[in-house]
Amino acid sequence: MNWKTFGAMLARDAQVARRNAIQLFLQTFLQPLLFVFIFGRVMVGSGYMPAAYKSLLLPGIIAISMTFTGVWAVAMPLIAEFQWTREIEDRLLAPISVGWIAVEKVIAGMLQALVAGLAVIPLAWLVLRPGVEISIGTPWTFAVIIALVAGFSACGGLALGCSIDQQHIGLMFSMVMTPMIFFGCTYYPWSALKNFPVLQKAVLINPLVYASEGLRATLVPQFQHLSITAVLVALFCFDVLLLVVGLRQFEKKAVT
Amino acid sequence: MAVGVRTQDLRKIYNSAPPLGAAGGFIARADAKGTKQSKTQIPALNGLSLEIHPGEIFGLLGPNGAGKSTTVGVLTTRVRPTSGQAWVGDHDVWKEPAQVKRLIGVVPQRPNLDFSLTAREILIFHAAYFGMGSKQRNEGADALLEKFKLTDRAHQMVRGFSGGMMQRLSIARAMMHDPQVLFLDEPSAGLDPQTRILLWEIIREYHQAGKTVLLTTHNMEEADALCQRLAIVDHGTVIALGTPKALKSSIPGGYLLRLRFGKQTADLLERLQVLAGVREVRAADGTGADVYADRGGSLVPEIATVAAQSGAELSDVHISEPSLENLFLHHTGRSLRD
Repeated sequence: MNWKTFGAMLARDAQVARRNAIQLFLQTFLQPLLFVFIFGRVMVGSGYMPAAYKSLLLPGIIAISMTFTGVWAVAMPLIAEFQWTREIEDRLLAPISVGWIAVEKVIAGMLQALVAGLAVIPLAWLVLRPGVEISIGTPWTFAVIIALVAGFSACGGLALGCSIDQQHIGLMFSMVMTPMIFFGCTYYPWSALKNFPVLQKAVLINPLVYASEGLRATLVPQFQHLSITAVLVALFCFDVLLLVVGLRQFEKKAVT
Repeated sequence: MAVGVRTQDLRKIYNSAPPLGAAGGFIARADAKGTKQSKTQIPALNGLSLEIHPGEIFGLLGPNGAGKSTTVGVLTTRVRPTSGQAWVGDHDVWKEPAQVKRLIGVVPQRPNLDFSLTAREILIFHAAYFGMGSKQRNEGADALLEKFKLTDRAHQMVRGFSGGMMQRLSIARAMMHDPQVLFLDEPSAGLDPQTRILLWEIIREYHQAGKTVLLTTHNMEEADALCQRLAIVDHGTVIALGTPKALKSSIPGGYLLRLRFGKQTADLLERLQVLAGVREVRAADGTGADVYADRGGSLVPEIATVAAQSGAELSDVHISEPSLENLFLHHTGRSLRD
C-alpha cells in the first residue's frame, strides 16, 4: 500500500470538488430542500399533513441526500472517465495496485456523502422550524449508521459507475435511483407499509430502507422504526456486498 | 541505470471489442450476434517476443490493428495477456505491476488528460501520485511546461486545448516522474510538422539522458528518423527485426517497382525475372507484378519492351526507393496503409 499515492489521489478529488463547489452544493441540496419545503412546510402549514410529519420526514431526506451524493460522486466521474475522457488512466498508471484506486474513489465518495448528510440537517431545520423534534440520543450509533450509509452509497456508486454504459446514465436514474428513493421508506416509515404486506417484505432488499429507518431510529426515536441491530447488520452486509461487486467491476474496467 | 524491456510469447485474445487505441479498430471480427457462438474472439497478439535493450529507442512499426497498442498495453499493466510474459527491467509486469508503474511513463494514443484540472495541476498531481516532494513537483512542472511551450497556458483547464497541445502535455506528464522507460503510442499522430520536430528532439534528448524509449508508429519516416532498432509487427507477431538500415538492406535489390498491365500473360513474369538487376518478381493482385530490383527508373524501358513483346501492355508504374514501406510490403504482401 502506497499512502503517498493514495493521499495525492484524495487531494486531487478534493481539488476537483473545491473547484465545483457551487455546482455540487446546488446538486446536493436543492432537491432535498425543495422536498422539505413542499412536504414539510407547505403541506404541513396548509393542514394536509400533521405537524409531526416534519420530524418524520427529516431522517428520510438525510438518507436521500447522502445516498444520492455518494452514488453521484463516485458513479458519474467513473462512467465519464472510463468511457469518454479516459482521464482515470493517469491514476491507473500511478504506482499503486488498481484496487486501491477504487478504494480511494469510495473514500472520496463517502466523505462527500457525509458532508451532504450532516449539512442537510441544519439546512432542513432552518426551512422546517419550528416544530422539528430531533435529538441525537446515541451519538455513537448515529455515527456508525451515517458511516455505513455513506459506505453503501459510495460502494453502490462504484458498482454502478463501473457497470453502466454512458448511454444508460438516464436509465440508471430512472430504473435504479428513483424506485430506490420511492420504495426506500424515505417519505414514510417502514411500519406505514403494514397494510401492504408483500411490498413491506419486498422493500427490504432496498438498502435505503435501512438508511432511512436507521436515521429515524437515532434522530427521531419517538416514531416506530426497524430495530437498530437489524439496521446495522443489513447496512454492513450491503456495504460489503457492494464493495466486493464494485471492486470486481472496477478491475474489469481497469485491466482489459 | 538504464532499464530494458522484454516480452516472451505474448498472446492476447479479446473476448469483447478491444478498447480504442488498443486495437486501432481495424481488426476483422466475427459478429456473434444472432449466432450460437457466445463470445466474439479477437486475437490481437499471437506469440509476440521482443527484447528491447536498456537505453535504446525502439520502434514498433505496423499497420492499424497489428497489435502495437496491445503490446504497449500489456507492458504498461493495462492489458492482461492471455498467455506469455512481459518484464520491465527485472520486474514481471503482471506479478509486480506497482513496481513496474514506477519505472514507466506512458503517452497514450488518444489524449487522456484529467479534464478537471489545469495544465500545471495535471503535472503537479501526476508527480504527487509518484510521491515526489512539493519543491521537486513545482520545479519539474515549470521546467516541462517551458520545454513543451505551454507556460502561457499553465493555469488554464485543458478542455479547451487543441489536439497538439494535449499531446504535448501528455508527453510532458509522462516525463514528469522521470521514468526509466518511456512508452509513446503513435506520438506524432495528428501533430503539425513543427510540433513533430519538437517532439523528435525531445525524444532524442530524453534518450541521451540514458533512458529507454519504446514508440509505436505507422509512419516510416518517424521510425527511420528516430529508432535505433525496429520490429515490424503484423497480425500480432514480429515479422522482421533490426536496425532501420539493416532492415531496408534486407529487401532484395532495394528498389520496388509496382507494375500494372493491361492484361497478364503466362510468360510475362518469367521474362521480367531475367532482366538485368531484377532480384525478385511477384504476381500482384489482378494483372500486376511487384518487381524488386537493384535499380529503379532505368529498368522501366526494358520492362515496357518485355511487356509489349508478351502482348501485355504496361499501363502503370510506381517506383519506390528502399524504404520501410517496401520492407513491410515485402514481408506481408500488403501496404502499411492498407
